[in-house]
Amino acid sequence: MNLIVEREKSLSELETRLAQLHERGIGGDEMRALETKVQELRQDFFGKLTPWERVNMARHPKRPLASDYLGALEAFDELHGDRHFRDDPALVGGFAKLRGHNVMVLSQQKGRDTKENIRRNFGMVSPEGYRKASRLMELAARFHLPIVTFVDTSGADPGIGSEERAQSEAISGCLMTLTHVGVPVVASIVGEGGSGGALAIALADHVIMAENAVYSVASPEGCAAILWGDSARAPEAAEHLKLTSNDLLGFGIVDEIVPEPLGGAHHDAAAFIGRVFDAIERALERLALLPPADLLDTRYRKYRRIGSWREDSPVRAGGLA
Amino acid sequence: MPAPDWLRKRRERDASADDASLWQKCPKCSEMLYRKDIVANLWVCSRCGYHFRMHAYDRINTLVDGDFVEIGTDILPGDPLGWTDKRPYPQKLERDREKSKLSEAVVTGFATLDGFPVALGVMDFNFRGGTMGTVVGERITNLLEEARRRRLPCIIFTASGGARMEEGMLALMQMAKTTLAVERFKDEGNLYIAVLTDPTTGGVSASFAFAADLIVAEARAAIGFAGRRVIEQTIRQKLPENFQTAEFLLEKGHVDMVLDRRELRPALVRLLDYAVDRKRLATPLKAVPEFAIQ
Repeated sequence: MNLIVEREKSLSELETRLAQLHERGIGGDEMRALETKVQELRQDFFGKLTPWERVNMARHPKRPLASDYLGALEAFDELHGDRHFRDDPALVGGFAKLRGHNVMVLSQQKGRDTKENIRRNFGMVSPEGYRKASRLMELAARFHLPIVTFVDTSGADPGIGSEERAQSEAISGCLMTLTHVGVPVVASIVGEGGSGGALAIALADHVIMAENAVYSVASPEGCAAILWGDSARAPEAAEHLKLTSNDLLGFGIVDEIVPEPLGGAHHDAAAFIGRVFDAIERALERLALLPPADLLDTRYRKYRRIGSWREDSPVRAGGLA
Repeated sequence: MPAPDWLRKRRERDASADDASLWQKCPKCSEMLYRKDIVANLWVCSRCGYHFRMHAYDRINTLVDGDFVEIGTDILPGDPLGWTDKRPYPQKLERDREKSKLSEAVVTGFATLDGFPVALGVMDFNFRGGTMGTVVGERITNLLEEARRRRLPCIIFTASGGARMEEGMLALMQMAKTTLAVERFKDEGNLYIAVLTDPTTGGVSASFAFAADLIVAEARAAIGFAGRRVIEQTIRQKLPENFQTAEFLLEKGHVDMVLDRRELRPALVRLLDYAVDRKRLATPLKAVPEFAIQ
């Protein structure tokens, strides 16, 4: 059970009871005290979230999904398939209009219910999905369209078929494409940013992250299993991984955080999506001023700097900085 | 002329070998092998052809013409996340340094291969499972940039369990960094050969490894994106024996060739010969003052 959903349940039970008391005309100081208590509880529950609570928030069943973002665009025409094997429903892409800008959108799509989740493979992209993404990125570059991505995946698909069809090559190929497309690339981490499967569409000139989204080298469960052979220690791994938006802003891995309403983005999804679009629009307008060569050079330098190491002697280390 | 650092380190290791390590059992066919014979046979079992994992310096020593100039030794790991689980990350690093006699999970530098000057990177599974943290990313990127500057071909031997957990997202970002470096290197017409050795998975296979012009896999090496255990847990069934082996990848069309280790060096020389104009690489390595062995 999702931690956040549990809290929401206990809060809503209290609120229902309060409403019933109101209907019966019960008021006075005690009622006001009770109401304050509920407010405090809400603040206590959602005011300052731990890394593991944020993981739960990022996986909240009501959290806006890629389809909600695509639905808020002025126009979207989906383009299907990798032209080789099949159309991957976990990776949705196509031409779109965002605040009047023509763009190419790529997004990872989870399902809202079990049936759709099975069709979308829980948002876990297969090689053909990454190859579709590469194809659409190249297409965008040819027609000078900026690339806008929405990241929400627990990770790339780890199945037999994906290995047979070279998942590594597909992800590497997506990254290679993003290294050379001479159009602005703006990525938004809106839910779960799961490892290389997320990064494959997030090597970008500007990376936006929703306040309660998470972005990590491995899922907390995966990390706990790898290091301690026990996936139940995921909450502890989440603490270690430094996967919150604040941590990543500090490392220079994300460039901007979009704040969420108290209790999470799903409490006012439309307004929240609007704020993400605001951030994307600002980035697009800024990046549009750069000639392609400068854009690529800036992109190289941005990632060239990321890391942390000691240098015994300053000779020939550290790169461009 | 004093021995170069890498050779000295290797000799120290050999000298420290005690009697117990004179003989080694082949984990595949259980044959008891005389250690000197294993070494003479390039760490391949003479009976069944099992490939032992190789130490990075042994790999370099058996591959290059004789000279190897290491770079990047001044790039060393920190502890960016302040990571502690069973023990603090710096302690884990210290233990691996002692165990492996390596400063990190990759050795980078310049060498000649049958007269071809090349940039050479060799990963080593003995150091943190060959995982890519920021030092591996930085050294690989540095190697590709230095090779690009000199217009030299680049050969990278991969051996990695993926991105390094203890450096979190900074480790993941090395996938982006190294891939950017590969793209620039290749874009200027330079040859990049990846040699995938046992095991090559996760963040390394999904970034600079599979971005190569030519991909050679060493016989029987385990290569894939997700780890075998992860897949078995996901699908809740046992995987076939040959799944994610070099031979499986060859059959599926993911790699250019699979080679027995004993055929690797001549094959690499042939590949260099096809793709690289020897005359263009006019400067012998030793004639480049900054790389002359002291």
